[in-house]
Amino acid sequence: MPKRVLIAEDERNIAESLRFLLTRAGHEVSLAHDGAEALAMVRRARPDTLVLDLMLPKLSGFDVLKELRAEAETRTLPILMLTAKGQANDKQAAEDLGVDAFVTKPFANDDVIATVARLLNGAERG
Amino acid sequence: MTLRELALLAAIGFALLLFLIAFLGDRGGRPRWLASPLVYTLSISVYCTSWTFYGAVGSATRNGLEYLTIYLGPTLVFVGFWTLLRKIMRITRRDNITSIADFVSSRYGKSDSVAAIVTILTLLAAAPYIALQIKAIATSFQVLGAASEDPTGSAAATPDFVIAFWITVGLALFTILFGTRRVDVRERHFGVVAAIAVEALVKLIALVAVGLLAVYGVADGPGEVFARMTASTAHSGDEFGMRWVGLIVLSGAAIVCLPRQFQVSFVENENETHLFTAAWLFPLYLFVLSLCVLPIAIMGQTILPEGSNPDMFVLTMPIAAGRTDIALLAFLGGFSSGTSMVIVSCIALSTMISNHILMPLALRSHQWREGSGDVQRFLLITRRIAICFILALGFLYLRTGATGAGLASIGLIAFAGAAQVLPALLGALYWEGANRRGAILGLFSGGMIWAYTLFLPNLLQGVAWWDTLAADGPFGLTLLRPGALFGLETNDDALMHALFWSLLVNAFALIAGSLSRLPTPIERLQAALFVRVFSDRGGSGARRGRAASADQLFDLAQRIMGADRAYGIFRNYAVSKNETTEFPLVDDAFIAHLERRMAASVGAASARAMILSATGSETISLDELVRIADETARLMEYTAEVTRKSDEIERAAAQLTAANERLKTLDRQKDEFLSHVSHELRTPMTSIRSFTEILAGTPDLDAGDRQRFIGIINAESIRLTALLDEILDMAVVESGDAERLLKPIDPEHALDQALDACLGLSHTAGVRIVAARTKQSVHVMGNLTRLTQVFINIISNGIKYDTNADPVIRVESRIDGADYIVVIADNGPGVPEAETRTIFDKFSRGRAGITAPGAGLGLAISHAIIDRFGGTLRLLPGTTGAQFEIRLKSVAIPADSGTSTVAG
Repeated sequence: MPKRVLIAEDERNIAESLRFLLTRAGHEVSLAHDGAEALAMVRRARPDTLVLDLMLPKLSGFDVLKELRAEAETRTLPILMLTAKGQANDKQAAEDLGVDAFVTKPFANDDVIATVARLLNGAERG
Repeated sequence: MTLRELALLAAIGFALLLFLIAFLGDRGGRPRWLASPLVYTLSISVYCTSWTFYGAVGSATRNGLEYLTIYLGPTLVFVGFWTLLRKIMRITRRDNITSIADFVSSRYGKSDSVAAIVTILTLLAAAPYIALQIKAIATSFQVLGAASEDPTGSAAATPDFVIAFWITVGLALFTILFGTRRVDVRERHFGVVAAIAVEALVKLIALVAVGLLAVYGVADGPGEVFARMTASTAHSGDEFGMRWVGLIVLSGAAIVCLPRQFQVSFVENENETHLFTAAWLFPLYLFVLSLCVLPIAIMGQTILPEGSNPDMFVLTMPIAAGRTDIALLAFLGGFSSGTSMVIVSCIALSTMISNHILMPLALRSHQWREGSGDVQRFLLITRRIAICFILALGFLYLRTGATGAGLASIGLIAFAGAAQVLPALLGALYWEGANRRGAILGLFSGGMIWAYTLFLPNLLQGVAWWDTLAADGPFGLTLLRPGALFGLETNDDALMHALFWSLLVNAFALIAGSLSRLPTPIERLQAALFVRVFSDRGGSGARRGRAASADQLFDLAQRIMGADRAYGIFRNYAVSKNETTEFPLVDDAFIAHLERRMAASVGAASARAMILSATGSETISLDELVRIADETARLMEYTAEVTRKSDEIERAAAQLTAANERLKTLDRQKDEFLSHVSHELRTPMTSIRSFTEILAGTPDLDAGDRQRFIGIINAESIRLTALLDEILDMAVVESGDAERLLKPIDPEHALDQALDACLGLSHTAGVRIVAARTKQSVHVMGNLTRLTQVFINIISNGIKYDTNADPVIRVESRIDGADYIVVIADNGPGVPEAETRTIFDKFSRGRAGITAPGAGLGLAISHAIIDRFGGTLRLLPGTTGAQFEIRLKSVAIPADSGTSTVAG
């Protein structure tokens, strides 16, 4: 049974590459192009893990994170956050809110695949 | 008609004439002829009383040439001490001095006590003097009336008191009528001056007539007169001895110190230059009078029987010579002498009594302070009462019979009394160290000695207790005998004895008293104002006189508030009260107003103290007040300085704060910019890296995906390059390098190039471009490449964002006055309201789901470029679609840059 991964990323080309990678890793991938869409899709489709870009239009990744962690159903949803260097403050705040992993852009493809796999496994165990 | 009736008629007629003259002189201000130096000089001759008129002949008969001393003293003063007179004159006019008492007291710290002492002293001295005039007029009338029976004139040894009474009443009436018609600040009485000038002429004419009669009518010419001159007449024993010197000094003092002389010489005089004339004319007047005395004395002795009264020779000699007409003239001359003296004396003394005794008393009484009080009315009434009082005093003195001595000696008693003011007066004018204590001590001690050794002995002569005292001294102390004080024997010359002691002690007390304490500030101030009257060129201090005037208050106010503000307050108040004068009338309302305004500057308490002081309270001296004001001014200057400095510091601090804020903002902008840039760079980088890894790590990738991924990598690389270009552009524009490239360019040429460049893009996007261009040739300051870049940026933005089904871009250029305007409009959705304000910010690329190439720096760069060109780039508000307006100032084309326009 493939795991469902939701990718929240506004840059089409990056989202495209992520979808290609995670699909090839055997996951069932869906895309959200902004924060609000991401939030709605999490609530509706209940993915097994979320790859969340920190800088999203409409609702920032940070705000999406806050919302999700406030709700009982999604409190333990494994989340991988994509960040950039120079956003140390945001990263710290995200960590405090319970982000499970970080990957810095530009990322190495293997990092993303491995981290997602780790999060999915951890969720299974927990 | 008997001579007596004739004399009565003449006297009444003459009196009526005087009333008429006084009335004319008083009517409607000061007639021009009254302002002449001749009238002034004649008025000074009020010095020559009936004593001089009748008594000089008596004196010459008894004591020979000694009578000349009475003329010599004034002559010396007018010729030799001319500057002294001028000095008094200047001060009197400057400070509106009203009397000798006022003059002296002003100098000594405006002291009430000094003024009161001088007033009382001169009043005492004047009483016998006035009595003497009344007696002389009464006696002359009697002598004339009884001439047929008693040619010697000795029958009238006792004056007829009924006649004397009516004379006194008449004099009181005249003086009250013309002396107290109104209260003048300067105490001038034009009508009275006119009358006494006429009387002076009558005196002169009468005495000259009698003199001529003596020489040419009675005698056979000057030869006979000289021949009949006896040895005793020509040489009286001690010509130019101590007595002569004493008398000259005495009469010299009298011409200045006698209240009536001070009145006519200084108070009534308007013009200082009149002194020039008086300096020679008055001595000449005296000389002519004195010249007539001797022949009358000599020929009177010759033709009149033994035992005739020499004091009446002026009357009896013409009668004896059969010239009743000249006798009648002489009678009028004597009448003139007596009345003019009494009138002027009464005016001067009544002013002094009301100003320096009654007024201070009234001011001290409680009810006066509280009530508003009609000062004018009060002064007029008190003066009228004072006049009656003085004349009553004179009349009573006459009744005591103390006027039995010769006319001359009584006059000298008065002179000696008035002379007591001399030390204080000279001290006032020439010694700055003289102060109030010295003045009071001198005046008091001198006055007491004068009264004790001269006035009382004359008054109380024949009174038993006094005679005992005079013979043995008080309490048997012979050293204190009034006739020989401290054992000084003067051969029964009581006058010289009294003069010696009184003036000696007076002067000594003045000096010792003055040295015994330091002068108070106000004394020092007044001393400087008096002693150095000529060196003081009407500075602020000079105007400071007596009761507060508008000038004085202004002086005070401007020290506190500055001249402009003070002037404003005074002027506004005057205008608000519809007053025609420059400064307002100083009344209670104005003073209260001024005090309130001053309180704003110096605080209520200080303002109150200053106003009180300036308006007459003695709690703070004027000098201290001036000091306070100066200190306040200094303090305010200092405060202003401190305020100015602290303002400067504040400004500097504000500038620093602003600069710091700007730096902080710039720093934040830099951080944001870097953050943006790194993000913008990272995004294509991420795609490139990821897809490169995919291509490298996925050998089984199908051809379609491979092709697509390579396309993405290529596009992102191009995006990355464009981004770097923009960032470099931005840096160049912002660093101001573009500024150096400014020159006159043809903007239409730039627009042509931009439209050409966009042609391909618009064609691909299916956007139509409609251009409406100006046909005028125009130039603006700028850089052709940069301007083209701006046009391209905005047109391509339009192409990018126009989502209309039939997208059209309108490009319009036109000239509006001195402005060259380009409007680039699309028919797309327009700029969202929220973004209109940030559209020209860096990285403000619309994020409404549209992915367009570029990093969002385009408009920011364009904006910066147009800004560098001195123009404006703005989004026109309230339009459908986005409309951008570029506005540049057009310039004249320099002749030599024509080619570079095309090249640039």
